[in-house]
Amino acid sequence: MTATRHIALLGNPNTGKTSVWNGLTGGNAKVGNYPGVTVDRRAAPLRGHPDLELVDVPGAYSLVARSADEQIALDVALGLNGQPAPAAVVVCVDATQLARSLYILVQLQELGVRCVVALTMADEAGPAAPDAGALAAELGCPVVPVVGRTGVGLTALRQAVVAAAAITTAEPARWRWTPSPALAAKLATVRAAFPTSWPASDGLALWALQCVGDDELAAVPPAVRDAVVAAAPDAAVDDEAVLGRYRWLDDRIAVLMKTAVDRRRTERIDRVLLHRGLGLVIFAAVMFVLFMTLFAWSDPAITFIEDRFAWLGQQVRDVLPDGLLEDFLVNGVIDGVGAVIVFLPQIVLLFFLLGLLEDFGYLARVAYLMDRIMRTMGLSGRAFVPMLSGFACAVPAVMATRTMERQRDRILTMMVIPLMTCSARLPVYTLVIAALFPSQTFGGLSTKGLLMVAMYAFSVVTALAAAWVLARVVKPLKAKRLPFVIELPPYRAPRLRDVGRMMLAKTWSFLREAGTVILACTIALWALLYFPRDTPAGAPDYAALAAAAPDDEARAAVEHARDAALLEHSYGAQLGKAIEPAIAPLGFDWKIGVGIIGAFAAREVFVSTLGVIHGVGDDEGSLRQRLTDERGPDGAVVYTPLVGLSLMVFFALACQCMSTLGVIKRETGGYRWPLFLLGYMTALAWVASFLVFQVGRLLGF
Amino acid sequence: MPTLLEVGQRVAVAIEAVDGERGFRRRLLELGLCPGTTVRVTNVAPLGDPLEIEVRGGRLSIRRDEAAQIRVRR
Repeated sequence: MTATRHIALLGNPNTGKTSVWNGLTGGNAKVGNYPGVTVDRRAAPLRGHPDLELVDVPGAYSLVARSADEQIALDVALGLNGQPAPAAVVVCVDATQLARSLYILVQLQELGVRCVVALTMADEAGPAAPDAGALAAELGCPVVPVVGRTGVGLTALRQAVVAAAAITTAEPARWRWTPSPALAAKLATVRAAFPTSWPASDGLALWALQCVGDDELAAVPPAVRDAVVAAAPDAAVDDEAVLGRYRWLDDRIAVLMKTAVDRRRTERIDRVLLHRGLGLVIFAAVMFVLFMTLFAWSDPAITFIEDRFAWLGQQVRDVLPDGLLEDFLVNGVIDGVGAVIVFLPQIVLLFFLLGLLEDFGYLARVAYLMDRIMRTMGLSGRAFVPMLSGFACAVPAVMATRTMERQRDRILTMMVIPLMTCSARLPVYTLVIAALFPSQTFGGLSTKGLLMVAMYAFSVVTALAAAWVLARVVKPLKAKRLPFVIELPPYRAPRLRDVGRMMLAKTWSFLREAGTVILACTIALWALLYFPRDTPAGAPDYAALAAAAPDDEARAAVEHARDAALLEHSYGAQLGKAIEPAIAPLGFDWKIGVGIIGAFAAREVFVSTLGVIHGVGDDEGSLRQRLTDERGPDGAVVYTPLVGLSLMVFFALACQCMSTLGVIKRETGGYRWPLFLLGYMTALAWVASFLVFQVGRLLGF
Repeated sequence: MPTLLEVGQRVAVAIEAVDGERGFRRRLLELGLCPGTTVRVTNVAPLGDPLEIEVRGGRLSIRRDEAAQIRVRR
């Protein structure tokens, strides 16, 4: 058994890298995270060659990096910063975009990386497609044309990869331009400062000269930084390197294209989809379908899952005697697993649709159409779909931020998505509005309906404002002055197999990484609201009362009173009472405090927790009546409309959702961002509710 | 000298120089927007920004303030 060797897969975005990946590997992909960045690391054995592991690198146009997520391409290609050194690198090159997609290969060859070119989209290039043999002769590396759609060329590509990996001699560095004496001197100075773990190559010295400066690269040693500063690189260095590479590409490679590529089909489609009027109508229709899929059409599947888990819980209840084990299994484990599985319909459907739209080429157009709006809050057009998805549920919406190119944009978007009015807030708003606000009409419209609309508008405004503020105040979220150039790729028929595999990989990584966090939190929350399972001293003997109850209704009332007493005595309720001084200025009593703690499992759980603590079980109608009728010791109404408004504002702004926190922990690879989110949203919610309640009281409500 | 923002749609022009801060212009250069390259504004997004440009046989979306950093000659 030989040791596993690694092959890296690189290429520009939209070059059919996913098809090549699926063609070269045979499943069993290990999906993880590159350390410290919001980027998936996929690795899988080469089909038929278990000793060769293929590592996927996110699409990139260049190895030059300013942030940690962009540095991954270099780390994987050279085997730096904990990544294994690859035996060879497969570069996906789009036959319709030769010069641009070969730019990164020229960089790799300067670094002495052994390359194999997978020439994709040859079918699309048609008669313009370059001759693979001529291209290989110019590049000095194997070139294998592949057609992802039909699988043609994949066997030859695998053979070329295996052959390249078997070469034991070092690959010579190939430069397509000659640095000027001034630049050569700078390269020598920087190279001399390299640590022993870095290859002492001019290619890497040039990389450092281009990257170090106004950067956020973590793994550059101070000695190298000092040497770069001493060499004082300027724009002339970039001109020399970039223009030198493109000059060679234009002189030697562009001429291999036999004719111009026929783009008429894409142009025809764009005339409709990017049209000033019709284009926006179609855009609205596509977004409507996407939104309704998440918001409404996934409902039958969600209800089915909830019913199955409720049924399972009932089976366990019937079999096991009342007690700790039964309650743990039903309300801890089964509810917890259910709380994870219930997200699957939305995740599966969203990623299926996103995969189709991305492969077709429409997601880039969405970014193009919406960029003007999204940039006002410091984001790009790519943030539109994740933000829209946030109206249904923050969990799939946070996962959808992976379609954005830059780590900073992804994290900023994740930090504001949970402010959007997700569907789990609706049961809370419905309860509060129905119970605490009088039925009136205002200009022919019911106040209750207007309130609901107002809550949606409020969430959009706060999300936009929060993005604007965070982008200016939080250092890692500050906008960089970098061009927002995105490629508008040709329209292509999506491949269902690739979309399906991506969807399954996403779902699996959610279950494994976010699911475990959500399950653990559900069980912890269950324990908080279950233990110590004592009724307070002096409580009536509920068992005797229940036995003596004349009918079912009376027995249910006794049981509800018992459950309320048990909950009131739980650690969670004690916590609710302990925080009462903190939430009293918002107009909340300790019962609402317990509801807020319970709502961490999911916002809608607020309703059922409040039902139990008020001793009415899970009947929402009785709960509404109870809330309306509740009187304090002085006989005053406890839950006034002002309390209701304060409560809704609190729920709009607070991050009352451990699933959101769990999925952000998974996507950002650490606890830093979820804790930041929890902190800032809780503070925001408290301050806003405080203002609503206190100002409202001053105004006499 | 006009910028890419100032030339009309569908007019093929050659890039003369790319201005701006170092990291910004390096990105544009690396995407193939080099001096001497032919570029053409092919479309404007319905909301007025960004622009769609054709360069090296491909289409890119570029914001107006970015296009204003690219000097061109007819």
